[in-house]
Amino acid sequence: MSLDTDESPAVKTGLEAGWLASHTTRERVELLAVAATGAIAVAMLAFIVLDWLRFAPLPAGLDATAATLFEQFMIAGMWLDFYLGTNVFRFTFVWRSIATGALVGVVAPVVGVFLVHRQMALIGETLAHTAFAGVAVGLIFIALTGWTGSLLFVALVVSALGALGLQWLTDRTDLYGDVPIAIVLSGSFAVGTLLISWGRDFAAIAIDVEDFLFGSLAIVTVEGSRLVAVLSVVVVAVVALFYKQLLFTTFDAQAARVARLEVDRYNTLLIVMTAVVVVGAMQILGVILVAAMLVVPVAAASQVARSFRETLYLSIVVGQVSVLAGLGISIGASLPPGGSIVVVAIAFYLLAVAFSDHSTGAISVH
Amino acid sequence: MRTVVDVRDVTFAYGEKVAVEDVSLSVDAGSFLGLIGPNGSGKTTLLHLMLGIKRPDSGHVELFGEPADAFEDGERIGYVSQRSTDRGEAMPTTVREVVTMGRFAHVGRGRLSATDHEIVADALETVEIGDLADRRLSQLSGGQRQRTFIARALASEADLLALDEPTVGVDADSRERFYDLLDDLNRGGITIVLIEHDIDVLTKHVDSVACINRQLYHHGDTVSFLESDALAEAYGAAHGVVEHDHP
Repeated sequence: MSLDTDESPAVKTGLEAGWLASHTTRERVELLAVAATGAIAVAMLAFIVLDWLRFAPLPAGLDATAATLFEQFMIAGMWLDFYLGTNVFRFTFVWRSIATGALVGVVAPVVGVFLVHRQMALIGETLAHTAFAGVAVGLIFIALTGWTGSLLFVALVVSALGALGLQWLTDRTDLYGDVPIAIVLSGSFAVGTLLISWGRDFAAIAIDVEDFLFGSLAIVTVEGSRLVAVLSVVVVAVVALFYKQLLFTTFDAQAARVARLEVDRYNTLLIVMTAVVVVGAMQILGVILVAAMLVVPVAAASQVARSFRETLYLSIVVGQVSVLAGLGISIGASLPPGGSIVVVAIAFYLLAVAFSDHSTGAISVH
Repeated sequence: MRTVVDVRDVTFAYGEKVAVEDVSLSVDAGSFLGLIGPNGSGKTTLLHLMLGIKRPDSGHVELFGEPADAFEDGERIGYVSQRSTDRGEAMPTTVREVVTMGRFAHVGRGRLSATDHEIVADALETVEIGDLADRRLSQLSGGQRQRTFIARALASEADLLALDEPTVGVDADSRERFYDLLDDLNRGGITIVLIEHDIDVLTKHVDSVACINRQLYHHGDTVSFLESDALAEAYGAAHGVVEHDHP
């Protein structure tokens, strides 16, 4: 992701003079970490695309090429199993979960960095509960109509509508900003539970709702991983394109209005992107824990970063490492992935607090 | 002389509560206007109306000769909002990142050019914080933070600088140096509108004063303001200006 903001002439001159000479050890380590994170994200994106293409109606030869390339991932999985003494990485659904998680680990902090610094950390939790209502709506709709579309797509639509509704409510209330958030959070969950209870009386609901509450590797479907792949590309592209505007409106909305930036439009863009990320992350992390990926990596990065750009990059690294390590623990110890990932992320946060020189607190508490 | 802001018969209310009532005033290019009035007197609302980020319920505001709410050259205005010294306390932004925001209205979705970076560097040097460029804003004193926001306005190459109580939370020495900087910028041709509570500081630096408490009680040069009863009328009690030093 190329974010063009404050690359100083000094840095540019440094690049010309030589990459090694112009960066400190810390910068070199960070750049390598970001590059590795990006490479993993691209590889996982490639896996999902190949998984998609090998069954897609492609011109002769291309489907075979996709299948051959896809096989290389599976062979790599077998080697991993061989060296680790495991019996998991040879299965497509495990790779699918890892790929989906790795992408979520990138896009959640990309959006979260703006949310956290607007003091909107809880909005992710709210939209996750809205998405849960969306899952309930989708389950009922599928049970009643026999529709074969994606459950997550219904959750995405409901969550995006919930995001817009929340913003509408916030703009039209005189109470504190967190009151509409609390109302939508609990209201969505209430609607979700009512719909599921009501639906069970007359329709067969085949999905374990607990999987959506706490996250599960088993509910990452082919459609779900494709949806996350597409949404990840879109979210990263949108943030790269509008980074300057999102940064300015986050830092000083009033001054951004004076500079004639369309602040309300960027607020809407951010909240809809949050809904999108939440639906993608919900599969792995579950409704209850999804907000953590929006907040915890950013909180950890904010403790040690020296600029906003560095915060963004470090939070992506922390996000992806937390997901991969958490999934490793989850697979190895047969624990829920959501809890494992969040505990790893919080461990990073505590480490960052312990080693931070920003002792006055990078994140204010209200 | 060219008029930068022209406010004509403007009224604005928050629901039933009228904040600004039938106010008319103008700001000429190159002038330094001080807005004064008691707490809750509508100063900030009037400034927002002048800048076109609020629409009047009645009346008309022009900014650089265009209707203020349709004015689109945001880069021509530099704005330092109320309590801006609090900004960046939690957000890990560097001084350079904040000042670079002044170029965003110029480049839109495009990339920042080498010229943009040079303008940012010049703005930092002008307010004498070039050596702090890569420090986090939260590590700066109140006075240094204010200079950062002024540098952001300079980086936008603004013709109009609007400041809403910019020295709240800033120590006295930094305040004096800050107002000297504003004087220099004004002498360089930048039009300034300043909201300030300290009448003594205000009258030392501005060349005209608008005294408001919902309605406009005075709009004219500093001498006529000091000779008028506007202050007592606006504040609803006997008020006078007492000369004092800021140690």
